[in-house]
Amino acid sequence: MAAVESGTCEGPAGMSAVKRLSHAAPLALRILAECPVSKARACVLTLPHGPVNTPVFMPVGTQGTMKGITVEQLEELGCQICLGNTYHLGMRPGPELIEKASGLHGFMNWRRNLLTDSGGFQMVSLVELSEVTEEGVMFRSPYDGKEILLTPEQSITIQNSLGSDIMMQLDDVVSSTVTGPRVEEAMHRSVRWLDRCIAANKNPDRQNLFAIIQGGLNADLRKACLDEMTKRDVPGFAVGGLSGGEEKDDFWKMVTLSTDHLPRGKPRYLMGVGYAVDLVVCVALGCDMFDCVFPTRTARFGSALVPWGSLQIKQKQYAKDFQPIDPDCQCATCKRHSRAYLHALFKSDTAAMHHITIHNISYQLTLMRSVRQSIIEQRFPEFVRSFMRRMFPSSEQYPSWAVDALASVNIALD
Amino acid sequence: MKLELSKVVQGCRLGLLTAIEQTAQHSLDVPGCLLFTHCATVPHLTQDTLHTLSNLPAVTQVTLNCLAEHHEVLEEFKEGVRKFAGLHDTALYCSLHDSATTNPAGHITNKTVSVWGSGGRMELTVAKFMALQAAIKPDFYQSMADGETWQANTSRKRVRKAVDRTLAHLDECLILHQKTQELKQAKIFGVVEGGNILEERVRSARETAKRPVAGFVLDGFQSAAMKQDLRSQLITAVTAELPQEKPRLLQGVGRPDEVIACVEVGVDLFEGFFPFQVTERGCALCFDCTVTTDPETAGTSPSTVLESNEERPVVEEPKENGDSCPENMTRFEMNLNDKRYREDLRPLVEGCSCYCCKNHTRAYIHHLLVTNELLAGVLLMLHNTAHYLRFFRALREALANDRLQDFKRRVLQ
Repeated sequence: MAAVESGTCEGPAGMSAVKRLSHAAPLALRILAECPVSKARACVLTLPHGPVNTPVFMPVGTQGTMKGITVEQLEELGCQICLGNTYHLGMRPGPELIEKASGLHGFMNWRRNLLTDSGGFQMVSLVELSEVTEEGVMFRSPYDGKEILLTPEQSITIQNSLGSDIMMQLDDVVSSTVTGPRVEEAMHRSVRWLDRCIAANKNPDRQNLFAIIQGGLNADLRKACLDEMTKRDVPGFAVGGLSGGEEKDDFWKMVTLSTDHLPRGKPRYLMGVGYAVDLVVCVALGCDMFDCVFPTRTARFGSALVPWGSLQIKQKQYAKDFQPIDPDCQCATCKRHSRAYLHALFKSDTAAMHHITIHNISYQLTLMRSVRQSIIEQRFPEFVRSFMRRMFPSSEQYPSWAVDALASVNIALD
Repeated sequence: MKLELSKVVQGCRLGLLTAIEQTAQHSLDVPGCLLFTHCATVPHLTQDTLHTLSNLPAVTQVTLNCLAEHHEVLEEFKEGVRKFAGLHDTALYCSLHDSATTNPAGHITNKTVSVWGSGGRMELTVAKFMALQAAIKPDFYQSMADGETWQANTSRKRVRKAVDRTLAHLDECLILHQKTQELKQAKIFGVVEGGNILEERVRSARETAKRPVAGFVLDGFQSAAMKQDLRSQLITAVTAELPQEKPRLLQGVGRPDEVIACVEVGVDLFEGFFPFQVTERGCALCFDCTVTTDPETAGTSPSTVLESNEERPVVEEPKENGDSCPENMTRFEMNLNDKRYREDLRPLVEGCSCYCCKNHTRAYIHHLLVTNELLAGVLLMLHNTAHYLRFFRALREALANDRLQDFKRRVLQ
């Protein structure tokens, strides 16, 4: 298990034309272990606000807060990095105030790492009146109706004000179910916007800018995008444009194609993935970082994640169920409260949501820690098999895409 | 249950309530307040966030309106609400209603009272009421009462009926209490009714005091129902009828000025719903409750000592900007919804040692309120609870040091 220190560039010869900015990128990736069977790997990613053990799930704190959980609770859960959304924070409270408060870290008083997205995705998904031109994304503010143009430069300017440890480039996002020339246009534009983002980053010494691989579900376009973007000396890469309602068979193929061509020495972030099965499979395919609103959102509806699926705590069947959500779980909720009490509390107070949110974040982080430990101990394939056995009542119920994806990296399920 | 009064000054009773439960591990300083809950959880707070606060009241209040719908569950659970809710280190008091909300009137009969839970109205007979108490297993609880005298123009006849019914309920409760194995260690508080009619108040107090109760609940005095002058006058007459050695718990009053006035007429205990109401309107308690520190107590309770006057937060005049001012906001709080706090990077209250003030700014709370984030309720509830408990500590300190007038001036200024 050779440890590989990285953070300096090691790209192909042709990239001398591209401006090198990450000589002293504030990021180092140390690979602790690689699975000898699959593409899974366990690393320590060192960022300005401390180490991040990967594979890692990053909870999403959209508006500078983790849904009713205090930063102290989040730290106690072992969270080393979480997300903020540039679109929301740029609108409210705005970059000027956050800068005045010493960045998003200071504003929300979070001492560990933060990743911010570019704001582009929300504009396309949340705002109806958005139009993408070469210049940027044009949209109408939902708060005052004003037309606003978000350019790659402005996205980076806002993210510079937020002071996140990892910033994402503005990319041209098209729904993963769209096909045709629009996908190709978006891919090429995302490459051009990456260059503009790199040039706009005022803090390359303390903020890492990640590129986002686009190209829809078309392998040739993905490959072309990978070729272009890996020529740029960015500190890390994200796989974007997936997890948007496409077929899972298409999804995993795009993921594995991407990790096949991404440099070994840099972190790989698969955007918008957070279901337990997807996480385990995509770790096998070589991804290091994941984020998703699902675990925290579903918690507020009373859905508690467990190794065998989920419990809908508000359902009547739990009214007299006096065991914890998961008897093996070590989170604060499971150590103190029963399903029955949480069921009752849901009728009276928002604290019920907070209990499930804590449990679900704990579930996600614990899952990733177990995955990581199994990689380090060179027993990841066996971990995957027992994980799947626990998650599904029988092997007939294994989703075929997961079976295929795992088989593609030499993990046979039983 | 035992109330040891250490001092009575100008009607104010300073003391310690001990042996609240059989194991006698908890005590409560009076004047003091209980810990307010929804279904045994302090609103918005998990046990982790709650316990960032120190010196929490030793008694947690639960309400029948939250718990009645879980009767069957509690009966099956068998071990009472304390264990059901995962509470460990607290005594438990059970009241009929939740003073933070008003109930619709017109549902009380000679034999029943109604409570409103998440599924709507539930009608309780004394038998049902006592069966619930047996399942809840509180350390003390109020007897069933007809408190529907708070509406304006309640007739003398209706008030008399409320007193009669409440006494009848108490007698029935006492009989069943004796027979209920699960309540062997619990104490019962009799409820004093009588609306705004002095003779009925006196009759209710006198009759209730004749019964073997551990303490008294003063009902029907809630803030919306009457002016403080009348309330003080009535409570003075009531407490004159009550034995000195038993505690008096006042329901429905929580404003700091009213609390002080009621302590002056002999009230010992209050419910803790006020910080919750302040939280729900997006406000933070910020009134000054500093007492000029006695050198002897200095350092033992530093959290009651706030920064000097210059550092005190601006207490808004609630009427100032009418449209943005939340309903029922009092002059003891600041409205964090207000745009003026948008860029205010100071803590809610300088010198406050609560989790919120130690870690977050007014600007952040304002942002959480503007964006409807759940953390706003969590942080405000922490601060407001801390501030309210500090107010009670400072009040007791002022009584102990004969500084009540100083203290009143500060709080009421």
